[in-house]
Amino acid sequence: MALKIVKGSIDRMFDKNLQDLVRGIRNHKEDEAKYISTCIDEIKQELKQDNIAVKANAVCKLTYLQMLGYDVSWAAFNIVEVMSSSKFTYKRIGYLAASQCFHESTDVIMLTTNQIRKDLSSPNQYDTGVALTGLSCFVTPDLARDLANDIMTLMSHTKPYIRKKAVLIMYKVFLKYPESLRPAFPRLKEKLEDPDPGVQSAAVNVICELARRNPKNYLSLAPLFFKLMTSSTNNWVLIKIIKLFGALTPLEPRLGKKLIEPLTNLIHSTSAMSLLYECVNTVIAVLISLSSGMPNHSASIQLCVQKLRILIEDSDQNLKYLGLLAMSKILKTHPKSVQSHKDLILQCLDDKDESIRLRALDLLYGMVSKKNLMEIVKKLMLHVDKAEGTTYRDELLTKIIDICSQSNYQYITNFEWYISILVELTRLEGTRHGHLIASQMLDVAIRVKAIRAFAVAQMATLLDNAHLLTGNMQRNGICEVLYAAAWICGEFSEHLENPIQTLEAMLRPKVATLPGHIQAVYVQNAAKLFATVLKGQEGNTDSTAAQETSQLMIDRLPLFVQSANLEVQERASCILQLVKYIQKLQQKDVEVAEEVSALFAGELNPVAPKAQKKVPVPEGLDLDAWINEPPSESESEDEQPKAIFAKEEPKHSRPRHTEVDEKELARRREARKQEQANNPFYIKASPSSQKVYQDTPGVEHIPVVQIDLSVPLKVPGMPMSDQYVKLEEERRQKERAEKKKKEKKKRKEKRSGRGKKQDSGPESEEDITPAHMVDIVTEEMPENALPSDDDDKDPNDPHKALDIDLDKPLADSEKLPVRSHRAAESLKSPAEDGDVESAAIHAPKKKNGKEKREKKKDKDSDRKKSSKHKKKKQKKEKEEKEKKKKKKHHHHHHHSDGGGEESVQNGTVEDEEPLPPMSNYCLLAENSYIKMVCDIQGNLQDGSQVVVSVIFENKCDSFLKSMEFNVLDSLNSKLQRPEGSGPHDGLTVPFQLPPGVSNEARFVFTVQSIVMPQKLKGTLTFIVKNEDSSTHEKLDFKLHFTCTSYLITTPCYSDAFAKLLESGDLKGSSVRLEGVNMPFHHLLARICFHHHFSVVERIDSCASMYSRSIQGHHVCLLVKTSGQTVSIDAKCDEPTLLGNVLDEIKQTFSQC
Amino acid sequence: MQFMLLFSRQGKLRLQKWYVPLSDKEKKKITRELVQTVLARKPKMCSFLEWRDLKIVYKRYASLYFCCAIEDQDNELITLEIIHRYVELLDKYFGSVCELDIIFNFEKAYFILDEFVLGGEAQETSKKNVLKAIEQADLLFETTTLHYCTKFKSNK
Repeated sequence: MALKIVKGSIDRMFDKNLQDLVRGIRNHKEDEAKYISTCIDEIKQELKQDNIAVKANAVCKLTYLQMLGYDVSWAAFNIVEVMSSSKFTYKRIGYLAASQCFHESTDVIMLTTNQIRKDLSSPNQYDTGVALTGLSCFVTPDLARDLANDIMTLMSHTKPYIRKKAVLIMYKVFLKYPESLRPAFPRLKEKLEDPDPGVQSAAVNVICELARRNPKNYLSLAPLFFKLMTSSTNNWVLIKIIKLFGALTPLEPRLGKKLIEPLTNLIHSTSAMSLLYECVNTVIAVLISLSSGMPNHSASIQLCVQKLRILIEDSDQNLKYLGLLAMSKILKTHPKSVQSHKDLILQCLDDKDESIRLRALDLLYGMVSKKNLMEIVKKLMLHVDKAEGTTYRDELLTKIIDICSQSNYQYITNFEWYISILVELTRLEGTRHGHLIASQMLDVAIRVKAIRAFAVAQMATLLDNAHLLTGNMQRNGICEVLYAAAWICGEFSEHLENPIQTLEAMLRPKVATLPGHIQAVYVQNAAKLFATVLKGQEGNTDSTAAQETSQLMIDRLPLFVQSANLEVQERASCILQLVKYIQKLQQKDVEVAEEVSALFAGELNPVAPKAQKKVPVPEGLDLDAWINEPPSESESEDEQPKAIFAKEEPKHSRPRHTEVDEKELARRREARKQEQANNPFYIKASPSSQKVYQDTPGVEHIPVVQIDLSVPLKVPGMPMSDQYVKLEEERRQKERAEKKKKEKKKRKEKRSGRGKKQDSGPESEEDITPAHMVDIVTEEMPENALPSDDDDKDPNDPHKALDIDLDKPLADSEKLPVRSHRAAESLKSPAEDGDVESAAIHAPKKKNGKEKREKKKDKDSDRKKSSKHKKKKQKKEKEEKEKKKKKKHHHHHHHSDGGGEESVQNGTVEDEEPLPPMSNYCLLAENSYIKMVCDIQGNLQDGSQVVVSVIFENKCDSFLKSMEFNVLDSLNSKLQRPEGSGPHDGLTVPFQLPPGVSNEARFVFTVQSIVMPQKLKGTLTFIVKNEDSSTHEKLDFKLHFTCTSYLITTPCYSDAFAKLLESGDLKGSSVRLEGVNMPFHHLLARICFHHHFSVVERIDSCASMYSRSIQGHHVCLLVKTSGQTVSIDAKCDEPTLLGNVLDEIKQTFSQC
Repeated sequence: MQFMLLFSRQGKLRLQKWYVPLSDKEKKKITRELVQTVLARKPKMCSFLEWRDLKIVYKRYASLYFCCAIEDQDNELITLEIIHRYVELLDKYFGSVCELDIIFNFEKAYFILDEFVLGGEAQETSKKNVLKAIEQADLLFETTTLHYCTKFKSNK
């Protein structure tokens, strides 16, 4: 043995250590991969040796290789071996390797639980430290659950070194095992006042991280943190606390008011930029949450803006960047304060750092106004010309368009200017945003009617000079603009000055080199143009011109008919044939223009992007219902097990078809026409002609500014938008002058005019009127569109699970699992342990999980019940007491009750709204002395027994005694009486009732057939005893055995369920509930609770449910909901029973 | 902090520490992407960039880039401070640290980082304390090695 060790040690001296490996890799730059593969072979040999030192060395080398990107997952077990070495040196290497290489799916992690626990409790603080550090990197939900208690203990370790680490790692544990948060929180809170500043800072860190994600649970800590904030001098801690307050203030505005002062003090006093920045950010957040009705905080905003200005003016690029970033936050709520620093922001556009320029651009977006839009865009256009990289230039381009088009073109006063800006942008080379420009052109031309003439003229020029744009043929390149140009020219061709020229331009052979979708638009719009041209020419006496135009089309179109693009080809050949036909007619001197233009008549309205989605489903239309019979069942059964249930529906609908007679059809046709006429989305068949445009009211009186278009248009490629800037300026000046005049007049009239107002310094926003009476056509929405849908939060956020109420007292069931019990289990069968989680979610299979859940659920439901239901709670307690007496019955009752609720939970999603409290007890009978409520449950153990639990409540001031419960038996159902008593004797209730007290008794009935509901007449006799007298009273009741009471909640797995349905032994039936106005999970919960079903599976608004009768009948339901209609398809091996159960379900929902 | 990467001007990874569980594949992808992006930035540019839904804070020291990923609400400047502290710690420990120190003693560089940052949060703001912890742990290391040597000798 000794020899072996010596041998190992000597071997080791020849092994490569890490340094050798690194050196070797550096020396083998050419064949690195080969060298490393030999190294890995060596490492594999080393790992086979018994010597732990050799192994540790090998693992260390592997860690290095892992960083270089080599897969070392095969050595995971060896890493665990090194981790469990007793020597700190090796242990440290092992943990390092584990923290670098392990992740949640590494299966050997299962094996480490005990080792880590041992290290955590090691007397050597560095062992503990290294284990904690490692754990912070590779903690899994299992490890978190098993070790939470150990780590929690370490939070009170004597050494601050350990406490600090334990506190920090708790955060990771919470994330993986949210159940640990509540039990650990009190101790964590304690650590906020730990004597060691490191531990304190760690606790602040953890709580801040927690609170940032779910602030509302931590509001109660605000005073404590406030104290810490005003006393601490540690900037690291201060930053965290201030950040925390930033998260809390939106929930508690009063906190914000209190914070402003200390924060502004800090802003004034601190020299640490990081703290200053954090304070400014939080002040901004606070002010945002206070923004309404707090005018006296303008000073704080001013202070923030001032400080940010200093940051932006700093030579440090980082500060500049952050300053701009924070500025953009202020901009959202206090745009005025930021706008005064426009100069500075514009200056940042010249910065050499692109990211700073981009930030400045973001700011500009919010700073534009009607007044400065043109100026800012002009400046940006200059930058576009100067910009070097295409990415930045593209960014500028999108920003220009964003800025101009924001809030429905709110800031644009002159659309001619905007169109010319867009046209200028088309000269950008190599941009990827041709598509964006094109869509803007289309949008403006369609929605701003007054601008159409101008836009069409500009687009015609673009088409004429298309060769300038076609250099860039890449996808989304600038040639996309031609798409818009062609469409605009075609659609609004009546505005064209020289349509023939444009038509000619659109049919040039060069067009065939454009991308297919653009060619298609060319061809289609050439046809529109053709119609316009014909219309113009036919009015003349000379018919040759029109024929020449047709000839032009016939000559040019064949080029497109040959196109490889199907769309182009198809359109071209259609239109070609059409034109040929027209030509024939023309030769016969037939007037065709009217008819041709009728082809393209009608206006296209802009439709809001969401319009389609918002169309409400008409009443009575079920989009999920089959229109035709579903495909034959035998084939589809395998793929769609759900189709089993859908069998009945089509049967109903079929005979209806035959009923429809001619009259009915005619009536419907009429109705449809009527509907179409009222429907703005329906493209009407009647030719309403293009005159629509000219007829549109409001267009004639639009004062269009006269501009000499000939100059800019004849010279393409010259900047022209500047002209509009000048024109606009002049126009505004004129307006101002006029206004002044008017005001002067007014002042003359009104002597007492105030001097302040006419002092027109910088003109205000309202003074500027747009050049055109622009009516921006709003996008259409369907009538009675649904309100906009909310965006849900990300359901995958791991922090969501940590939204836990921390002020609630801790329950026993929530205690962290203690070691001894778990350790054995997790070591024995790690694989099975993993299953527990999933099994517990799907169905109550494992006892452990189930019990815990049940307890929790019980507790939860208790809490939910308001004081109103206190009585019920009391009853429950009593039940608990009675449990001992009537163990069997009670157990039974409890089981089915809890089971029902739990199965609902199985099927529902976590965060759905809580269920309303429900009770199965229904009134049996009542008079002035006593009230009886009862619940009827089947007995699983005995197929012929039903247990009736009756709660007797004394309503009077007297003592009730000698109660006797008797029922008149039927052939089918009999009350079980003790042996020896006669068939008509009553049963003595085993208690007396003092005033105001209630108690429960159980009676067992035997039943033979359970397929039909039963009613039994019964009587309760009792003695009412006062101080002086006693009277004999009786109360009659009717005991109703519903079929539901024969059902027992029985969990069923989906595969078993599917098998059951496939077996074909079951007979179907269905029922439809209308006007059920409750969430789906409530509906399911009701069915589960009142009718003893369990959810097998739930998918969206569809769920399958199962239950079993005491005599073993299977009852399967498929519940589907759409709107307020719930359809239940059911199957059971006993049709009568099923029919009755369904009737009862229907009844349940008709009551609510 | 979500993760920290150290890489050279040539784009070679020198150190990586992940505080969020990710698969190796994802880690490699992120590393490649980030190294490229950061190296492409010009020296005069600011140290922050937005990347996916994270903020990247990086700083170059000599030939090494230190690069951290933080979340949206985190403070960029304090992250820069963390990077700077870490460099100072390395400097103190190795005595004017250079890239080679980190390459050849990469496990030491990790140990120092682990003493300074735990689970993505700065755990010890005092440089002295960090160094003290490292030195003591190293002392433990030395004694075990010594122990091993004496044992080795006695066996011989």
